[in-house]
Amino acid sequence: MASTATTAGAEPVFHLEEEHAHAEGGSTMLGFWLYLMSDCLVFAMLFAAYGVLGGNYAAGPAPKDLFDLGLVAVNTTLLLLSSITYGFAMLTMDKGRVAATQAWLAVTMLFGLGFLSIELNEFAHMIREGATPQRSAFLSSFFTLVGTHGLHVTFGIVWMVTLMMQVARYGLVEANRRRLMCLSMFWHFLDVVWIGVFTFVYLMGMLR
Amino acid sequence: MPETLTKFIFGRLTLESLPLHEPIVVGTFIVVALGGLAVLGAITYFRLWTYLWREWFTSVDHKKIGVMYMALGLVMLLRGFSDAIMMRLQQAIAFNGSEGYLNAHHYDQIFTAHGVIMIFFVAMPFVTGLMNFVVPLQIGARDVSFPFLNNFSFWMTVGGAILVMASLFVGEFARTGWLAYPPLSGIGYSPDVGVDYYIWALQVAGVGTTLSGINLICTIIKMRAPGMTMMRMPVFTWTSLCTNVLIVASFPVLTAVLTLLALDRYVGTNFFTNDFGGNPMMYVNLIWIWGHPEVYILILPLFGVFSEVTSTFSGKRLFGYTSMVYATIVITILSYLVWLHHFFTMGSGASVNSFFGITTMIISIPTGAKMFNWLFTMYRGRIRFELPMMWTVAFMLTFVVGGMTGVLLAVPPADFVLHNSLFLIAHFHNVIIGGVLFGLFAGIAYWWPKAFGFKLDPFWGKVSFWCWVVGFWFAFMPLYILGLMGVTRRMRVFDDPSLQIWFVIAAFGAVLIACGIAAFLVQIFVSIRKRAELVDVTGDPWDGRTLEWSTSSPPPAYNFAFTPVIRDNDAWWDMKKAGYRRPLSGFKPIHMPSNTGTGVILAAFSVALGFGLIWYMWWLAALSFVCLIATAIGHTFNYHRDFDIPAAEVAQTEETRTTLLAAQG
Amino acid sequence: MKRSGALLLFPLAVLLSGCDLVVLAPAGDVAVQQRDLLVVSTLLMLLIIVPVMALTVLFAWRYRQSSTTATYAPDWDHSTKLELVIWAAPLLVIICLGALTWLGTHLLDPYRRIDRIEPGQPVTQLHKPLRVQVVALDWKWLFIYPDYGIASVNELAAPVNQPIDFRITSSTVMNSFYIPALAGQIYAMPAMETKLHAVINRPGTYTGFSANYSGAGFSGMRFAFHGFSDQAFDQWVAQIKGAQATLSRDSYLQLERPSENEPVRHFASVDPDLYGAILNLCVERGKMCMNEMMSIDARGGLGLAGVRNTLPLQYDKLARRGAVFGNDPSYVASICTAEEAAAASRAASDADAKYWPARDLSPLRGAGLLGPGTGSRRADAETPSLGLLRFEL
Repeated sequence: MASTATTAGAEPVFHLEEEHAHAEGGSTMLGFWLYLMSDCLVFAMLFAAYGVLGGNYAAGPAPKDLFDLGLVAVNTTLLLLSSITYGFAMLTMDKGRVAATQAWLAVTMLFGLGFLSIELNEFAHMIREGATPQRSAFLSSFFTLVGTHGLHVTFGIVWMVTLMMQVARYGLVEANRRRLMCLSMFWHFLDVVWIGVFTFVYLMGMLR
Repeated sequence: MPETLTKFIFGRLTLESLPLHEPIVVGTFIVVALGGLAVLGAITYFRLWTYLWREWFTSVDHKKIGVMYMALGLVMLLRGFSDAIMMRLQQAIAFNGSEGYLNAHHYDQIFTAHGVIMIFFVAMPFVTGLMNFVVPLQIGARDVSFPFLNNFSFWMTVGGAILVMASLFVGEFARTGWLAYPPLSGIGYSPDVGVDYYIWALQVAGVGTTLSGINLICTIIKMRAPGMTMMRMPVFTWTSLCTNVLIVASFPVLTAVLTLLALDRYVGTNFFTNDFGGNPMMYVNLIWIWGHPEVYILILPLFGVFSEVTSTFSGKRLFGYTSMVYATIVITILSYLVWLHHFFTMGSGASVNSFFGITTMIISIPTGAKMFNWLFTMYRGRIRFELPMMWTVAFMLTFVVGGMTGVLLAVPPADFVLHNSLFLIAHFHNVIIGGVLFGLFAGIAYWWPKAFGFKLDPFWGKVSFWCWVVGFWFAFMPLYILGLMGVTRRMRVFDDPSLQIWFVIAAFGAVLIACGIAAFLVQIFVSIRKRAELVDVTGDPWDGRTLEWSTSSPPPAYNFAFTPVIRDNDAWWDMKKAGYRRPLSGFKPIHMPSNTGTGVILAAFSVALGFGLIWYMWWLAALSFVCLIATAIGHTFNYHRDFDIPAAEVAQTEETRTTLLAAQG
Repeated sequence: MKRSGALLLFPLAVLLSGCDLVVLAPAGDVAVQQRDLLVVSTLLMLLIIVPVMALTVLFAWRYRQSSTTATYAPDWDHSTKLELVIWAAPLLVIICLGALTWLGTHLLDPYRRIDRIEPGQPVTQLHKPLRVQVVALDWKWLFIYPDYGIASVNELAAPVNQPIDFRITSSTVMNSFYIPALAGQIYAMPAMETKLHAVINRPGTYTGFSANYSGAGFSGMRFAFHGFSDQAFDQWVAQIKGAQATLSRDSYLQLERPSENEPVRHFASVDPDLYGAILNLCVERGKMCMNEMMSIDARGGLGLAGVRNTLPLQYDKLARRGAVFGNDPSYVASICTAEEAAAASRAASDADAKYWPARDLSPLRGAGLLGPGTGSRRADAETPSLGLLRFEL
């Protein structure tokens, strides 16, 4: 019985009597997914650029002259571990344990910072040797692809700090849970992209 | 050391950057400045600042944002059209050794700016505005999924427009053509600020467009009223959904490719350079991977408009709803498989070229099916030739010609002789004016009463209509002929006097179009003056079929007092037939998002960031970037972003409407 | 109605008769075939466009609101038969057009050597193609005739009824090489070579230009293309051979500097390695050629040893090159001498000639394509042409 019609019964229903509330943030997960997919496209373009230009060394150094796979393996491990610890943060969040969640987030952040410092060290080393982004199209596309991923990780860490402050201040309220969930998707997404970078740029680069 | 200090503060901006030596620009500047001052003065005089800030600039109401998008599109249309008529004039007089009145430096900026503005800052805002205004109403929602994001997206689009406009008076715009192909757009051949303005204006606006695309997809997927299954959505909502999918799946490509170009220009990387292993052809490929879906982003929503208009004004259900929907989806998918037809002449080889040529032709099949569907919607209808329907018929007669020349250009050997010629120019203006613009005018005339509660004046509307339609044919048919005479685009001077007559005819057409634009502005002005006469209190002036016509005009902030329940794809038609009566009691409080100024502030910092990067004012760029991030983070600390409209207020609003409806009888 | 239409069309006809629709009336066989394809495609599409336009007007008139006789069926929104027709009709047209496109694109591929001079006259061993190397400069055209060792700026000539074999590149930015009367256009791009094969059938002077905007002097980037009889062409060659100027690497670097509305210039002799050097962006001495760089890259680069093998750019075409945060303008230094590089370049073009044999008269194979002589066993064995295929569709 939803319409205001005088005769009840067969009268069709044309509106809801009660306020039809779309749950607060009900579209957030979908929206964030769509954002991630659009970001994925940006990476796809950078991968494509690397695919086209990755062999153009301009008579300069090639991947095998530059990459240190051991270091990259450490780096990859750090990032993969950070994904696991973020998973633990989400599990403790589900149980509503604020302190444990914060602790896991902090661990994740440390892994992230470790990843970044190794990457920056690698960049600095390459630039010192003269393998700058300007030296060849291969290096341009390498620095841009890996650097864009690094920027995303940096942004993820800034976001994580913000969320930790918000969780500290407001607790694990619904809005914060949703935000942690979004950051979780973002973080895992970066992991997936890194696996692509690791395989496509580093491993296959060494094989070239 | 004052010189170092000046350089630090102003980067490469000097007094010479102001185009004081170009009398045309100075004249334009004076006119724009005076006009701007008059507007600002009037706002101050009538004490409208607070009103504008509170009710519009900070509004998260999708209807107001939609209207603001339309206003932005209209303002930029005037700028884009000024460029067009300057080009037409230059080409009409630059014969027999005359250099015309524009030098290359100025002329090359004009055609670049014309293209960029018309696509990014006229067509896009118009289309986005229309979708923003109509879609939530059509699906029975109170607002979009992310109302704040919507406001932010709008202001980012404005930010891009501000940067383009700034380039007119501070520095210069790109002289590369609207897609800025490298190496011409690289730092070696375009060392000035023009291409930087281009890059940052599009980046700022592009962020807004992508976010607004995500927002509208979520809205359509998640916010539909109960009963509205996907196959009961109005066709306009369907085309909007496909458009926004295209936006989300293509604008990131533009963002990425422009970032790479920016890196080449700022950091000296070698993506698109000639030396050091760069590859300019990659830019052309990447930008068209965005560019081709972009043209469908523009036209698809208007296909939706034509569907709504044809069905409403024929008083008849849309013929072949299902095939219409599938045609739209097919076009959406195929639009990603055709980008190479923009450069068959690059020498990709016969098999590649014919593949892309044939996929392009295949798009004409669903498009043709759509055309037939509109035809058979008219068949056995009762067609009322109000303005929106007149635009629709004009569209059908114009667009098929553009479609035909488009398929012609998709035949690679034919493209070899017509590529980059004025034939091509005529073709895409034929589809963009004949499709997008005519559709926008149909949409504006159709939904104006919904937005403002009164119809547009039909007399001036018809004047505008005839000026536009006739002007279009006069302006672009000569270009088809010139194309067949082997005349290429972007020429500034000509040496063959036999061409001149055609350019004169085209210029005459442009003047007619100018009259059409003027008549449109007069129409708006006259309609506002005569709003009492043109008023519509029913909320349903056209005997409409979809949900937006079931609420009042203009709709209340909450759109619908009760969430509607849908049984049919012509929901409102169905309700009217079944004897629907407006509920008059039992109102509940309605949960709504609050206004916020954060969107304006973020966009302002983005403009400052862009400006700093363009002029190498690194302190400004760094400062505004830090402020941008800080503001964005600060915004997330606000957890109270919504409020309830009390039931009593809803009841009062609805009561007012009841009284009005009763007074009308 | 009809009369007023004719009245309206009359001035249009007068106007059209006064102008030269060169795309529709070209003077070269390739352009003629392209024109044919254009016309056939248009006619094919008109099959569907004209009925649609007619129906639009008819329905708009017939079902107007004031009409009292027209049927009104407000709920009629589906008909499977009609749906079938409205999807099938465009589909059929596109199938025809698609087939035509596939054939036409392959037959008129600008990279493919032409196999007929004009309808009914196939290319034989007697037709020695004229080789022309085309360079788009800022903002003029350089034409090099390697068979004659001469070059010209903004003037191109070819004997009628002789195949022309264009190799096209650009010195700086993208242009498009287009002579509407001769054949369709193809881009001219730096460090890349495109090809165009064509023939001019009627003597005369035609216009050629760049069809892709390339900067400030673009409008003046036009040249005359002369279709000469054999004697006139020999005279023209002799005239150029008598010119004062010659084109060496150094004078090329002068010529290459941006200039607008250049007059015609002739060069009595040309450095035979110049075109290869232009194509490989290594006219400046000491700069590594692109082909050399590419072969080094294919072998895995020069390693860290090569990383500093760049030299500051001494000469530059434009005011500035190099980004604000980038290095100073520089280039990759050659590791061999210019003469060695030129030899390598020659070797590469020899390999290219093997890949593109001088006269490839083998039939074009592909789905649906007729080989010469198959199908009809006529004595003149007409080679496949669009005109022939059109009738068989």
